Amino acid sequence: MTVRLEQEIGRLYQAESRRILATLIRLLGDFDAAEEALQDAFSVALEQWARDGIPSNPRTWLVSTGRHRAIDRMRRDARFVSQLDESGDALTVDAADLPENESGVEDDRLRLIFTCCHPALAPDAQVALTLRTICGLTTEEIARSFLVPVPTMAQRLVRATGKIRDARIPYRVPPASELADRIDAVLAVVYLVFTEGYAATLGDELVRRELCGEAIRLGRLLVELMPTVSETSGLLALMLLHDARRDARSTPTGELVLLEEQDRARWNRQQIDEGVRLVDASLRSARVGPYAIQAAVAALHAKAPTPADTDWRQIAALYALLLERAPNVVVELNHAVAVAMVDGPETGLLLLDAIEARGELRDYHLLASARADLLRRLGRTDEAGKAYEAALGLVLLEPERRFLERRIRELQSHDSDRAQARS
Amino acid sequence: MQYLLLIYHNEQQTAASAAAANGDMRAEYRSFTESIAKSGHYKGGNALQPTNTATTVRVRNGKRQATDGPFAEAREQLGGYYLVDAKDLDEAIGIAERIPGARTGSIEVRPVLTVPMS
Repeated sequence: MTVRLEQEIGRLYQAESRRILATLIRLLGDFDAAEEALQDAFSVALEQWARDGIPSNPRTWLVSTGRHRAIDRMRRDARFVSQLDESGDALTVDAADLPENESGVEDDRLRLIFTCCHPALAPDAQVALTLRTICGLTTEEIARSFLVPVPTMAQRLVRATGKIRDARIPYRVPPASELADRIDAVLAVVYLVFTEGYAATLGDELVRRELCGEAIRLGRLLVELMPTVSETSGLLALMLLHDARRDARSTPTGELVLLEEQDRARWNRQQIDEGVRLVDASLRSARVGPYAIQAAVAALHAKAPTPADTDWRQIAALYALLLERAPNVVVELNHAVAVAMVDGPETGLLLLDAIEARGELRDYHLLASARADLLRRLGRTDEAGKAYEAALGLVLLEPERRFLERRIRELQSHDSDRAQARS
Repeated sequence: MQYLLLIYHNEQQTAASAAAANGDMRAEYRSFTESIAKSGHYKGGNALQPTNTATTVRVRNGKRQATDGPFAEAREQLGGYYLVDAKDLDEAIGIAERIPGARTGSIEVRPVLTVPMS
């Protein structure tokens, strides 16, 4: 076997294995059997192509070889007797079900996404299965990303594929009546992968970076597969714009750097440009969704050359729109902060009071630290100090804790400066 | 494929609701059952007497123990079931969501295990 052939097969695996797997799952009706069939097909290819050369359509060849191997295996394996009885016809019909054109292949990939993100699966199982089957990550890689022992992750995946098989979760794009809800579920899974990777300093930096990369790749795939759904562009834009700030949001020692203190030269311009273009496109759609609105906020931050240039008026308006669409107390907090930038800290404080009066977010450090920040800007140093202390008591992440401690020190030295100036 | 749709509800709440409301509920169940019988999904189903009529039986060390009541205290109790034929889980979920009790209690959708004949 030549090195070139091996390289060529390696390249094919990279480019096509996920598509082939999607079609095999449809043909075989079983995730694990399809995974085995995929590996079989590639090992047969290594042998046969060395002898006969590469076939004219390698993908179709691999699908049909994988399928034949799987059928042989099922016939030998008593486990599948009942399934063979039920789907025997489908297994004996040849080539008819092979997707001949690109759109047929992409239909299989879309079916796979909807099955992996089926609401009858637990959210963590949806995420794991999506990374495993659609992104092709190994069980070890997924376990490492979510700080879970490998056997736990393996069991989670086995349970999920077992439920798909035993409860017969269908392999299809949902009908129009359910599509909107189901698309939301798919977007939520992709966003969950992203936020897991973006969460401030939990776990290994490199692993988290990869997770964000996978989420963005999934986002691109969704845009490609469902170009008419504007929220797919909204979500991709949101992820690109946040990820563009990744390098600037922490110091080499892991210190958190707030948006207004970040070195904007270190933002990824190319990603920002792409994100902004996507935001503009999705804002033109008739029905602007929550991801697009959040992406629009991120775009306004990204477009401001300095913090002082930030268009807070428009950001406040976008948060108000988001509140109308999907009421959420964290969004309400963000809205209050934006309003404070436009109408002054006092107005912002009134909005924070309203949240606190309802008893919500009592344990959320960002509410206390937002209050502290507004009090600081009003020169109410004592109250600001108390609010920072309250935030410090609630904060969970080390870099955020260090940030709050620094703020408290600044307030104290500010105070002693003034004391010295008076004396 | 067959699915068992288990209807859970809060017995105390159901007992406390007005007789008229329970009458309406029975009428709704009748028309729902008719509709899934007509569509060919219906394989069987029943409402159950409340859990205060239940007896739990265990055999330990070859000795039978029969005790009063259901196995565990839970917020919701099993109040009835349907056995339906559906082509996949989505169809079964679609039937479950139309069960009148889904609006107040919850429906557990369980695929029936088919053991291959040897």
